[in-house]
Amino acid sequence: MTDQMIAPAAPGSLDSGDVAGYLKTKFPDAVKDDTRQGYSGVVIDRNRLVEVAESIKNELGYNYLSSATAVDYLGIEDSMEMVYHAYRTSGGGPLVFKAQTPRENAEIPSLIDVWPGADFQEREAYDLYGIHFPGHPNQKRILMWEGFEGHPMRKDWKEAYYEQELKPFDSRWPKGYARRAEELNMFGKNVKYPSDLNLSRLTDHSESSLYSGMGLGVDVEPVPDSEGLQTDKLVVNLGPHHPSTHGVFRMVVTLNGETIDQLEPVMGYLHRNHEKIGERNAWNHNMPFTDRLDYISSMSNNLGYAQAVEKLMALGARYTPPTYRAEVIRVLMVELTRIVNHLWAIGFLLNDLGAFFTPSLYGIAEREKVLDFFEAVSGSRMMCNYMRFGGVFKDLPERIRSTANLVNDQVRDFDTMKYLTELINDSLPRAIDEYDRFLTDSEIIKARTQGVGYLPAEMAIAYSAAGPLLRGSGVAYDVRRAEPYSIYPELDFDVAVRYNGDIYDRYLIRLDEMRESVRILKQILPRLEATKGESIFSGNKAIYMPRVPIGESYGRVENPKGELGYYTVSQGDPKGPQNPWRYHVRAPSFINLTALGPMCKGQKVADVVAILGSIDIVLGETDR
Amino acid sequence: MSSLDLRQLHDTEFPIPDEMNGNVAITSLSKIYNWSRRSSIWPMLFGLACCAIEMIATAAARYDTSRFGMEVMRASPRQSDLMIVSGTVTKKMVVPIVRLYNQMPEPKYVIAMGACASGGGPFKEGYNVVSGIDQYIPVDVYIPGCPPTPQALLHGLISLQKKIDGQSLANMDDVPWYGVGPSDPVPVPILGPDIIDPRQMELIRQQAAAAANGQAYGIRELPAAAMDVAAKKVAKAGAAGAVAAATATAVVDEATLAARLERRMEALSRKRALASKN
Repeated sequence: MTDQMIAPAAPGSLDSGDVAGYLKTKFPDAVKDDTRQGYSGVVIDRNRLVEVAESIKNELGYNYLSSATAVDYLGIEDSMEMVYHAYRTSGGGPLVFKAQTPRENAEIPSLIDVWPGADFQEREAYDLYGIHFPGHPNQKRILMWEGFEGHPMRKDWKEAYYEQELKPFDSRWPKGYARRAEELNMFGKNVKYPSDLNLSRLTDHSESSLYSGMGLGVDVEPVPDSEGLQTDKLVVNLGPHHPSTHGVFRMVVTLNGETIDQLEPVMGYLHRNHEKIGERNAWNHNMPFTDRLDYISSMSNNLGYAQAVEKLMALGARYTPPTYRAEVIRVLMVELTRIVNHLWAIGFLLNDLGAFFTPSLYGIAEREKVLDFFEAVSGSRMMCNYMRFGGVFKDLPERIRSTANLVNDQVRDFDTMKYLTELINDSLPRAIDEYDRFLTDSEIIKARTQGVGYLPAEMAIAYSAAGPLLRGSGVAYDVRRAEPYSIYPELDFDVAVRYNGDIYDRYLIRLDEMRESVRILKQILPRLEATKGESIFSGNKAIYMPRVPIGESYGRVENPKGELGYYTVSQGDPKGPQNPWRYHVRAPSFINLTALGPMCKGQKVADVVAILGSIDIVLGETDR
Repeated sequence: MSSLDLRQLHDTEFPIPDEMNGNVAITSLSKIYNWSRRSSIWPMLFGLACCAIEMIATAAARYDTSRFGMEVMRASPRQSDLMIVSGTVTKKMVVPIVRLYNQMPEPKYVIAMGACASGGGPFKEGYNVVSGIDQYIPVDVYIPGCPPTPQALLHGLISLQKKIDGQSLANMDDVPWYGVGPSDPVPVPILGPDIIDPRQMELIRQQAAAAANGQAYGIRELPAAAMDVAAKKVAKAGAAGAVAAATATAVVDEATLAARLERRMEALSRKRALASKN
């Protein structure tokens, strides 16, 4: 192609195939194709990353940075790389670009000026991989504490209870004798210390480092306000065990009077090493772990992971996509989960506003009915572990015994389809209407939420906000429509969108989405009837342990809390035992929190918990 | 009644006046003390992870902990009797948890809810995970499950009530806060290069000194015979490991234990002296 041909007036209209060509022509010595087997996208020279990224965003229109994560290729290429997935908010596929760095003195320029949403993700890469990001204004650890020894996600870093690279461990299988890990540890605990540890010079930096760069003005720097009063800045810690933080989340807030000057989220209190454990696990071992990410909507997490691995498997020769009935059941589960999650989220938002537990109890009562269905189908109320690569674990049972529908203490036995029909046509819509009737016009709720926690559309996109947070700000972006998966293309539903970008609109959009979900579920019911008796698994004799070819994939779904993405890399021996080389979760709760600081600035301290509640975070996913 | 010699009440044959018939119940002090305590256990309002969701579901209308006097969840540790450790305890989070535990007034109880809080659960091998909250604070009831169902949590709460029912005022080991004084606070862990339990300082120091002499650091060398057996026979290896673990912890805690025992005995004798004087 010549320059004239690939320099159209609106490069934003190029599809993803041409985009790589455009970049290669514009930056011939900085951009080249990623030619590794099973990989896609372009590799960018790290010295010119910022320049190319600006072109990607401004000229090509990839204004939404979905995921940025690091991979350590120790022993394969002896380098580390950052992988970025950028999208257009008008829809379509990703532009995948990568920047590589040697493992020693790893350094990649920060993209925070191009996409502010890279903030936390770069801090995470610094924390877990030790990659430095020149240009990042606040580069410190985010999940571990300051002062922790080493960068644990590096392939050569071993944890205290390290046994072996791959599961299943020899000590458990096939001979089957287990040994407790603490028996071999001198301290009887999950700890290891550097051998040059000097206890007499031990200092705990974990707290003091939080306050560095916060401009602590306590008794030092009086700030005159408009009335001429001299007031001190005050630092308030909310959390990590504060009941309104929805888990173990902490906010360090600098106050000027009652107004928030600065808010810094502190997380990692539930960092349970999902990704490191995930890299030791075999592919299907990770499915139950995904349940525990966003533990209110485990079914949706399952779907995202199943799709990511199915994309990888599709690179190989022997792969059959999930059957139609499997997809129908998957959508049924996911949309029920969405309703459950939003009922819960609205209930707890109202908790934060002061309506202590009364609205929540309405939501929880409805949730129990859905959980009874999940329990009958998958065997567990919350941690369903239901989806498999190529289908689902089991077909729906014939009958359901539901204790949530007790009449005179009698457990009732239902026909499954009848139970579902009643739930979808009657019970759930009634619960949604009930919320609507009791809450939407409440004067107190309006006074507390309208105009509070404002997030404009440009900022929501820039901060990579996702889900109701993004759509509440007027950006009609929903992965189900933007990059459709499963059977969503044939279903009739609207992407809910609201334009005011405040807490009230985020509340309303959850009601809208629940109504849309009910609309989808009503279309699912006849499909369930029609496919009765068909296969729910496309694989061979329900062999769940797949052979995954070498390559990378990024599977993403619209979770109730936003876009949930799984970035997986397979480098395994196609014949031997296999596990993910890299297993990264792009958690919506984590990245949505990037916008929390800017949203709270200038608000009253009493509104912080409400703003946090309107984002609807869950800590299992935030900290992973 | 004023002329009644109260010592007569000890007589089981003492006649109950007609007007009080049906209004008097005779029980032991321990029983009524325990009954009132166990019927109003106020849990602390804080959740850690997935189990917290089931804890909330248990407190909600369908399962309803208020049937057991436990619906009053307090956000302040100063007002709570029970800490339900509901979820994975990370190294970063165990510091605030120990601090919260120290702030709770006695009598206080701890429930380890779920696999993670009991022993690390599915996340045990994680580098930031504490494999069981009982490594730092004493636990009264363990509830298995991942997460435990609300029924399991209720069963755990009832087990705790049974435990309280069995405590006797006469036994100072059961109710040390009653007369002997508050127990020692649990030392708060330090976040250094890895988490450091202050009770293990001496052991860590010894290990560091050994490492300076070129010995293996942080790895427990089981006797060669034990290692050999371990590979072949499960049961024997388990026993050897358990013995080794028992001796190691005994060395660490001996001084503290002796000091505490001494303090308790002293307080007991003081109390006895007071009683005999009266």
